[in-house]
Amino acid sequence: MRVTAPFGRRRVAVTGADDVGAYRVLHAADPDGPVPAPGQFYMLAAATGWGAGEDERPFLPRALSFLGAASGGLSFMFEEVGPGTRRLCGLVAGDELWLTGPLGNGFAAPPDGQRAILAGGGVGIPPLAAWAGTLGAGDVAVAAVLGFRDAHHAEGARLVPASCPQAVATDDGSVGHHGLVTELLSAELDRDAAAVVYACGPPRMLEAVRALCEQRGVSAQLALEAGMACGFGACFGCVVPVREGGYVRVCVDGPVLDASRVDAIPAH
Amino acid sequence: MVDFCAITLKRPIVNGSGTFDAIAARRAFGVALLRDFPFGAFVSKTITLSPREGNPPPRLWEAQAGMINSIGLPNRGLHGYLEHDLPQLAELGVPLITNVMGSTAAEVSQLVEALDDRDEVAAIELNVSCPNVATGLDIGADPGSLAALVRAVRPLTGKPLIVKLTPNTADVAAVALAAQTEGADAVSLINTLRATALDRSGAPWLGGVTGGLSGPAIRAIALAQVAAVARRVSLPIVGMGGVSSGAHAADLIAAGATLVAVGTESFRDPAAGCRIWEELKSLQIAGSGSTTVNAAQAQVEVDVNSGDSA
Ligand SMILES: Cc1cc2nc3c(=O)[nH]c(=O)nc-3n(C[C@H](O)[C@H](O)[C@H](O)COP(=O)(O)OP(=O)(O)OC[C@H]3O[C@@H](n4cnc5c(N)ncnc54)[C@H](O)[C@@H]3O)c2cc1C
Ligand SMILES: Cc1cc2nc3c(=O)[nH]c(=O)nc-3n(C[C@H](O)[C@H](O)[C@H](O)COP(=O)(O)O)c2cc1C
Ligand code: FES
Repeated sequence: MRVTAPFGRRRVAVTGADDVGAYRVLHAADPDGPVPAPGQFYMLAAATGWGAGEDERPFLPRALSFLGAASGGLSFMFEEVGPGTRRLCGLVAGDELWLTGPLGNGFAAPPDGQRAILAGGGVGIPPLAAWAGTLGAGDVAVAAVLGFRDAHHAEGARLVPASCPQAVATDDGSVGHHGLVTELLSAELDRDAAAVVYACGPPRMLEAVRALCEQRGVSAQLALEAGMACGFGACFGCVVPVREGGYVRVCVDGPVLDASRVDAIPAH
Repeated sequence: MVDFCAITLKRPIVNGSGTFDAIAARRAFGVALLRDFPFGAFVSKTITLSPREGNPPPRLWEAQAGMINSIGLPNRGLHGYLEHDLPQLAELGVPLITNVMGSTAAEVSQLVEALDDRDEVAAIELNVSCPNVATGLDIGADPGSLAALVRAVRPLTGKPLIVKLTPNTADVAAVALAAQTEGADAVSLINTLRATALDRSGAPWLGGVTGGLSGPAIRAIALAQVAAVARRVSLPIVGMGGVSSGAHAADLIAAGATLVAVGTESFRDPAAGCRIWEELKSLQIAGSGSTTVNAAQAQVEVDVNSGDSA
């Protein structure tokens, strides 16, 4: 599923921002944008103070999946990991953003009658939360297994619609299952091996999910990340190797790729 | 309207090779892309004889006011370009410039001959940032190698031949002069500057180890090199390097460029070509009140009333 974007970037207003556990959720007006498909992403840059930080970064816009889209507005969720996300964390209502998107492709619905299992970790939550909303509105049975560092981060699970049953794992055991999200996924697949898995998260987690699904013969769609400059196929910078040979661009051929196309998720 | 090597362009703004994939952009933006296509002519990514996968990732590093890329010229190869890309590019409705590279004169000759056969191709740009197999030096870094290459391919096509100069050389104007002497129709510059980046452990970040620096960080260098080339040759110049506004485009035109190419700025703003053209037009109107652009070597005439961007 691919919704095309208006051509060019547009300047939009930040309508609010709040903290959800360790994460920042940013709300922006997007009166001129189409309704995106879950899994798609946007390129974001603050309208001011972009390029003036430490090392003069950020310079390029940053790719972010949308978390929610409703009535002419979008929301995003992220954690501060560098100069770009730091600047985005500083935005408050009344500030402005440059926005391009929606970009890339979204998830494809499971075949009739099959369940969807969402497997996510950390900042991989947004596309899964959006997808849970869409699937839940239809008649697809859906469950989520979510992994976080600790209880503070695990508050991010609140962003996944409550209608979607969810199990949480944390690295330190401070909430939910003490261990890896793949352990929860494995248990889910023990109960229902015919489900389709939808996954997004840090490379190591995504690789573990990919390997597990491959081993179990379960079909999976992975929302990948890669360093990006443009987000619309212009720079050829965001590639990942694929089994059929060569590379594909995550921004136009993904970010959602069928797990059967990828051998191993690269570390960056 | 702008005349460039007898090609008519609706605006003097084009894309830098490898910085805009019109086919991918059409997937992302749909037909909206065609309604106000940002460039007066479309320049292809560098095409080589055989398909290339490109360099292993990571391919990008964000630098101070710019970026380093180590993309490695991935492309479908000549055959794939002719069969797959060219028919789709022809739908853009702007003149097409095909950028090619080969590691020997024989390879480049094959590319040029094949493109000469195709009506969709308005002009051919030679990317000479490629090592000479014999000397190991970039062909475009050495006036002698460059002269030999242009001499070999010039007779093979009646289409305008543009030489894309590399800034990684001691005397770019001497290379431009060699291109002119051997019958090139235009030169374009600057390509990216050789650069690298290290991760925190001190190891190379880029999969290809070295890459090319582009963006605002190189604009002052581009301006100096375009001016130096304009002083030495009479060929029309496509100026580029760090252009992100109409004022930057006007600078390059003042330094002697006929056309201005936008590269990295399109990554930040996909419609940058449209914006830069609008800004350039309003500067030109505000400037002298004349419709002819500024300084000494400028050869571009902009009809401010033509309303071609509407
Ligand atoms: C399709 C897609 C969707 C995404 N969705 C989300 C989301 O919903 N929420 C979210 O939080 N994140 C998301 N991301 C990740 C997000 O884009 C990155 O975390 C963000 O770009 C980081 O920017 P930064 O400036 O904060 O950090 P950076 O400093 O850019 O650091 C991020 C990583 O980039 C590398 N790096 C460090 N310095 C450089 C440099 N100079 N040049 C190049 N690379 C460098 C390192 O590996 C570092 O760990 C998504 C990414 C993609 C591709
Ligand atoms: C990601 C990227 C890919 C590029 N690929 C090519 C290429 O295939 N062939 C070429 O001649 N120049 C290539 N270039 C160089 C640009 O066309 C241009 O000369 C350079 O980037 C300077 O302009 P800028 O600062 O506006 O980007 C590339 C530049 C970038 C950033
Ligand atoms: S980010 Fe530029 S091609 Fe994907």
